[in-house]
Amino acid sequence: MKKKLGFYPGCSLEGTAKEYSESVVSLSEQFDIELKQIPDWNCCGATAAHNLNKTLSLVLPSRILAQAQKNEMKEIVVPCAACYNRLSVTQYELLKNDQLKATVEQAIDMPLNTSIRILNVIQFIQEYILPEIPEKLSHTFDKKVACYYGCLLVRPHNILKFDRPESPQFMDEIMQMLGAETIDWPFKTECCGAGLSVSRTELVGKLSGKIVREALDRKAEAIIVACPMCHANLDMRRPAIDQYLEMKTEIPVLYITQAIGMACGLNERQTGTRRHLVKVIGNYFTKTRIPVENNENNPITVEEII
Amino acid sequence: MHQIKTLSNRIRKNTGVDSIRCYQCGKCSAGCPLAGDMDFTPNTVMRMIQVEEKETDKKLLQSEAIWLCLSCEMCISRCPMEIDIPKVMDFLRQESLKEGLQNKSANHNIIPFHQSFLDMIRFTGRSYEIGLIADYKLRSKKILQDITLAPQMLMHGKLPIFPKAVKNRKNIKEIFKKTNML
Repeated sequence: MKKKLGFYPGCSLEGTAKEYSESVVSLSEQFDIELKQIPDWNCCGATAAHNLNKTLSLVLPSRILAQAQKNEMKEIVVPCAACYNRLSVTQYELLKNDQLKATVEQAIDMPLNTSIRILNVIQFIQEYILPEIPEKLSHTFDKKVACYYGCLLVRPHNILKFDRPESPQFMDEIMQMLGAETIDWPFKTECCGAGLSVSRTELVGKLSGKIVREALDRKAEAIIVACPMCHANLDMRRPAIDQYLEMKTEIPVLYITQAIGMACGLNERQTGTRRHLVKVIGNYFTKTRIPVENNENNPITVEEII
Repeated sequence: MHQIKTLSNRIRKNTGVDSIRCYQCGKCSAGCPLAGDMDFTPNTVMRMIQVEEKETDKKLLQSEAIWLCLSCEMCISRCPMEIDIPKVMDFLRQESLKEGLQNKSANHNIIPFHQSFLDMIRFTGRSYEIGLIADYKLRSKKILQDITLAPQMLMHGKLPIFPKAVKNRKNIKEIFKKTNML
């Protein structure tokens, strides 16, 4: 039977991170999961809201949770690490403060219960994808990779309680299952520069540059991420990174869902890798075994198409 | 009764964070990715709050550091006293705006970006890149920025031309009204 889950894509996944959305959705289809978008969802407010207006930064995510609740969703998948963070922090703050909850309910004009389960993309993969992976895996991810978690997936640890805050492992474990070798490196949870991407691009070039340099120094051939902001900064901001590093770097940045999708035989249209600015060139996979079905003609050479 | 409204007091009252507990170990600044670019490092910020001097309070609200802070939460995750510095930073930013003490440099880039971002949400309920960037360029007067990136993004289907707005716009408008973000 098809499993049904609530889905909050968030604004990035409709724009700059379209390929993240494509890969999450294709992967879910491949694994017989139906992701149902929260009807009429709004922006979570991201960094801007909590920088400028604390109340607003709690009210915007609350409206999303209330919309999910209104549609009887008990579990929602939130692939964007920033949205996941804002929604989780909001739920935490409201749980411990009834007065705040009342204020928020009044502002959104909807009742709110705070028991919705919010899953980040790794939790979603662990729970719904991994158990089926042995059956669906058709290719080995034959590369050395750097798993980069960023800030928002693991911090603040006392609220998110996800993985280890200093040296998280879950993404590494997933990549190892696909056959990749993961590097041990100290930049797993360093900040990429996040929200300063547009307003202080040179700082993002520096912070993200250090991340890319360290990954390259340790011979990684791809960086694996689970956050659209990390991806935007490491991929789209590559000119600023290269300028900081004073060299041309070509290491591609893949979403974890793209990596799994490719290993399960999805093509580049389904995984959206063709949308990357730093191209994913060459063969990342060796074909290991042919799964029972579903693999007629999926050549997994990822090549430049534009 | 004479009540001294120092920044330290206001922080405690509004955020619940007791800045006096900081004993200056410096772990926050050691972990902060932007400490080297800030006019005051995170532990200096905490110390400035502790001295409870009007002049120092003002200097802090005028600093660039509070706007450079990325809210990456590295500082609190390593703080042995578990002092919520990101929460303090959020409060300092809002105080700085309220008192019109925004840092001059941040007022040309970081602050207008946040404002453009919130404006987008106010009008459409979601963030919409083209509108956001256009609005930011007007505010910051950086018309030529990223002029080469935009066509690439368009080509890769990363910039939707039209915004996808929330249907219940009235609800969003009300939210902004009720949270005093007019």
